Amino acid sequence: MAKVFAITLILIAIGSAIPIVMHTWYPPVDISTHGPLIDEQMSDTMAEAGLSFLASQILLAIFVWKYSDRAPGAKIGRFPGGAMGLVIAAFLLVGTEVLALGAFGARAWAGIYFNAPTPDSMPVQVQAGQFAFYFRYPGPDGKFGPIHPDLVNEGSQNFFGTDPDHDADAKDDIVTATLAIPVNKEIHLLMHSKDVGHSFFVRELRVQQDFVPGLDLSLHFTANKIGKYEIVCTQLCGLGHYNMKAYLEVMSQQDFDGWLKQQASMQ
Amino acid sequence: MHDMSQQAVQHHAPPTSFIRKYIFSLDHKVIGEQYYGLALLAVLIGMVLSWIMRIHLAWPSAPIPGLELLSKNGAPNGVLTPEYYLQLMTMHGTIMVFFVLTTAPFAAFGNYFLPIQVGAEDMPFPHFNMMSFWVTFVAFLVAVAAFFVPDGPPLSGWTAYAPLSAVGKAAGPGQGTGQVLWALSIAIFCVGQLLGSLNFITTTLDMRCKGMSLWRLPLSAWAWFITSCMGLTAFAVLLPACILLILDHVAGTSFFVASNLVINDQLQPHSGGSTLLWQHLFWFFGHPEVYIAIVPGMGVVSHVLIANMRRPLLSHRTMIYSMGALAVLSYMVYGHHMFVSGMNPFSSLVFSFPTLIITIPSTIVVLIWLGSLYGSKLRINSASLFAIGFISMFISGGVSGFFLAQPSIDILLHATYFVVGHFHLVMAVAAIFGIFAGTYFWFPKVTGRMMNETLGKLHFWLSFVGAYCIFMPFHYLGMAGNVRRYSSFVDDYLQPLMPLHKFITVAAIAMGVAQFIFIYNLFYSRFKGKPALQNPWEATSLEWTIPSPPPHNNFGDRHPVVFHDPYQFGVESSTGDYVMQDSPEQIQSEGDEK
Amino acid sequence: MATTIHEPPKVERSAGKLRAEGVSGDGGWRNLSPADGDIRAVQDYSSPPASTGIWVGITGISMMFAAFTSALVVRQGSAPDWRHFILPPVLYANTALLFASSFSLEMARRRIAAFMGGTRNRAERPALWLHITLGLGLLFVLGQYTAWRQLSARGLFVATNPSSSFFYVLTATHALHVLGGLLGLVYVIRKLNAMVLRRTTLDTAARYWHFMDVLWLYLLILLWVKL
Ligand code: HEA
Ligand code: HEA
Ligand code: CUA
Ligand SMILES: [Cu+2]
Repeated sequence: MAKVFAITLILIAIGSAIPIVMHTWYPPVDISTHGPLIDEQMSDTMAEAGLSFLASQILLAIFVWKYSDRAPGAKIGRFPGGAMGLVIAAFLLVGTEVLALGAFGARAWAGIYFNAPTPDSMPVQVQAGQFAFYFRYPGPDGKFGPIHPDLVNEGSQNFFGTDPDHDADAKDDIVTATLAIPVNKEIHLLMHSKDVGHSFFVRELRVQQDFVPGLDLSLHFTANKIGKYEIVCTQLCGLGHYNMKAYLEVMSQQDFDGWLKQQASMQ
Repeated sequence: MHDMSQQAVQHHAPPTSFIRKYIFSLDHKVIGEQYYGLALLAVLIGMVLSWIMRIHLAWPSAPIPGLELLSKNGAPNGVLTPEYYLQLMTMHGTIMVFFVLTTAPFAAFGNYFLPIQVGAEDMPFPHFNMMSFWVTFVAFLVAVAAFFVPDGPPLSGWTAYAPLSAVGKAAGPGQGTGQVLWALSIAIFCVGQLLGSLNFITTTLDMRCKGMSLWRLPLSAWAWFITSCMGLTAFAVLLPACILLILDHVAGTSFFVASNLVINDQLQPHSGGSTLLWQHLFWFFGHPEVYIAIVPGMGVVSHVLIANMRRPLLSHRTMIYSMGALAVLSYMVYGHHMFVSGMNPFSSLVFSFPTLIITIPSTIVVLIWLGSLYGSKLRINSASLFAIGFISMFISGGVSGFFLAQPSIDILLHATYFVVGHFHLVMAVAAIFGIFAGTYFWFPKVTGRMMNETLGKLHFWLSFVGAYCIFMPFHYLGMAGNVRRYSSFVDDYLQPLMPLHKFITVAAIAMGVAQFIFIYNLFYSRFKGKPALQNPWEATSLEWTIPSPPPHNNFGDRHPVVFHDPYQFGVESSTGDYVMQDSPEQIQSEGDEK
Repeated sequence: MATTIHEPPKVERSAGKLRAEGVSGDGGWRNLSPADGDIRAVQDYSSPPASTGIWVGITGISMMFAAFTSALVVRQGSAPDWRHFILPPVLYANTALLFASSFSLEMARRRIAAFMGGTRNRAERPALWLHITLGLGLLFVLGQYTAWRQLSARGLFVATNPSSSFFYVLTATHALHVLGGLLGLVYVIRKLNAMVLRRTTLDTAARYWHFMDVLWLYLLILLWVKL
């Protein structure tokens, strides 16, 4: 029985590691400039934690195999090093592992959050609401018209509750349903929630950030691969949560300019 | 405040009427069994809910026969609507976390065995103890009632994030009455657990028999003590949070609801509330809660393993210190659930370090178990198998927690099935295995009959392999970017993952069905199992010094006096390789740790 | 492998010892019913659990109000809509009432102590001061109620403004706990009249009651500063 258990456990441990080593199911390739640090962090952790995982599971299996159902006369063996040894080992091994990864991780994190967007970054506003994203480009004047919550109206397509007749800034704002951005240009994303909590998640972009109702956050990133990617909502926001999504289209600068013109004409 | 000895005296004479004996009993043992029964009932409901969820996730359009009976518009001719999926998911999480994992390992086993293990006749405040159970039971009824109100249960998840949970009906089905019932149920539940913790703490501190110094408490008793300390502080925070949430609903206050929210073109009346406030309050409770779920398991598993390894742990005290460290740290890490929640990114880093540090005491716990297995004389039986299974599952789930603990990686993994995989390994499997280990181990003491070993082992194999088949793939899904709390997977990148989902569903149903072996074993053995000796496992702690099942006042009129550390195994004595804690016999041994 | 004689160590808690040695008559359980109806005949093997328990309870309650406090602070900072208002003056009168009640409770305690200690032969109606405490406690709750009436008269309701919301929530939660304390007092009085009151019962009730004062003082200052 014990031997069967040991074998099963080892098979399970190695079996669960295979798909990871094979990258059978793995995060898609990264298209952001800040992503590489995150991916590195991921693979480092995978290596270290993975080894700890295999090591501890296999040790468990071996000990169960060796030390179960022994002869009644058998003596109780003392673990070399005893408890103190183990405690020290834990502090040294895990401690260093934790500090190292913690430090690198902090670097990766800081790379995204602890630096202000550059002045020439392109502002785009995203509004999340049950159950769709809408995006707003400031237009030539570079200014967003103020949001009037009382004017927000899906029916009349006034998603942001702008009032072009009264505020000039709003006149040239361009509202779209997809987020198109020029490649290799830093985007300054201004996040606004219309109703409840939502989240902005683009796996390829290595970006996930919640929308906080009543608190407008901002986020900045640079995409460096042209393509079409999925933006999904990852914060439970109601019955439509599962298909609240939009697309991120990374284009060359001229494609983008063309696209923006065309969108403007449709307003 | 009651003067307990009053009850103690009434207690001395066992109650005769059926009601006092089995329903409104003051006997900690009966209350423990009541808690166990409640957990069992709850886990079955939660399990069935998880099947429905799984089937729907794998075959979104497949009708589930009989489901329309549960809710006509929630599941028109048996096919779940998106909202009803979320409502069932919410109830699944709520029932499992609160009414299974807080009740079974802590309240059920703790009530039954803590007083016995410290050598007491009962808890100091039996009336509070009785209230604790019945209040919890009412909380359970209120929670279940949500199924039967017009809009059904809430859909905001077991974390009930505001404002979704606070703005009422407008936010979606179940967010009206259902959500209020949810908050009410949890608030009541908190009261019950606070009363329970009060009893546990005082029992450990004041009811110990002669010679039972704190260090001589078995590890299970220590685990319950530490857990009750966590419970006292954690539930005392969730309670006010729920009160405020209820007020936002029924009194129109704005604690959690911000200004200018527009829900289907309606400007919400609330203003100025703080969205993150709820998350802070909830997780300040929430993280200690998950340790409330696992620490009793650690204690029980140690207790079971030691008896079956025929040796004490490498270090009794290190184990206790580690569990204590987990408890203390659990209050400093709660922010790791909010890395990308819009909390100040700097605090994310601040919270991530203690979260990483917490792996150290956990590692020590695991290593102590491994080191103690080394050179032991392990007896394989259902109880010890589940104990070992617990260790394996805790390692796996813990390691995946280690990924989530790093904000930079959490950007990719947050709110994906990686998280779901993580917490199912540690809670749904490890903690549940702890319950199983305890059940197989203590069943003879409680009922006076042995559980069937063959069925027990069969149950173990199916559960062990089954659990890995269900919950390991969750991690892969998560890494591939499969978002959680989706009622079906319409996104392009999710299509290739469907086969894996189907596999998980099959495994889940298989494993779930395997649980009925356990339940059959439970009831069969209770009445037909072969009679158990007083000390079938040749264990040393006080519960094995009294008849099975224990008499009404545990030790009769005897007053146990303790002479040894709880785990005097691997010694030469008249009884064999062990010495009961209360035997005055002098023995060659390591002796008390200094 | 050191040889150690395993002696039961000194038991730190009196309860343990008493019970282990079974001092009091029936199988070690503390005997409660007075031998001849005179509580002075009752040896008081008071159970520490009650006194430990009350501290545990106090910890829990403090934790709860700590949570409310942090909620208040966060909520006030989360938006500029916080409206300050003058606390209803009656609160200060209530405060006086509550403290008076603690005083009278102490009086009762000393009387009963003296009586139990047998230094007095006749009980000088030890229950009297308890009844006074009870009365003052009730007055306090009524006082709080009038405070709510005054606020609502000024148009400040639970939902009017976060500040008023917190006022009602905090005062109401505290009032509930005071009512709990009053039940405790009733219990004490019943015991006393039945001549089976035990010192710990009284002390525990008293400790809880004084904690209610401290808690109220804290809340009053909090509200005074924040509202
Ligand atoms: C029993 C319950 C339980 C337990 C014990 C744990 C244990 C841990 N959890 Fe888990 N957790 C949950 C239940 C639990 N968790 C739940 C329910 C959620 C989700 C709630 C929700 O959103 O719905 C959650 C979510 C969760 C998150 C948030 C994820 C997200 O939402 O983005 C994080 C992030 O840090 C986390 C971390 C950890 C860590 C670091 C541990 C550590 O304590 C683990 C330590 C243990 C080990 C590390 C294993 C043993 C050690 C070794 C084998 C040595 C070698 C290993 C290494 C050095 C890595 N958990
Ligand atoms: C203890 C906690 C627990 C347990 C046991 C389970 C058990 C299971 N859970 Fe659950 N689950 C949660 C806690 C738990 N879950 C939580 C907190 C969430 C999050 C909800 C949210 O997002 O808000 C969740 C969410 C969740 C999801 C994600 C939903 C989503 O995000 O869309 C899924 C999907 O597959 C799932 C599946 C399962 C399955 C297949 C099981 C199977 O393992 C079921 C098999 C049954 C058992 C393993 C129990 C066996 C035990 C006994 C038979 C008796 C034991 C004895 C006593 C209790 C006395 N669960
Ligand atoms: Cu929006 Cu989920
Ligand atoms: Cu946590």
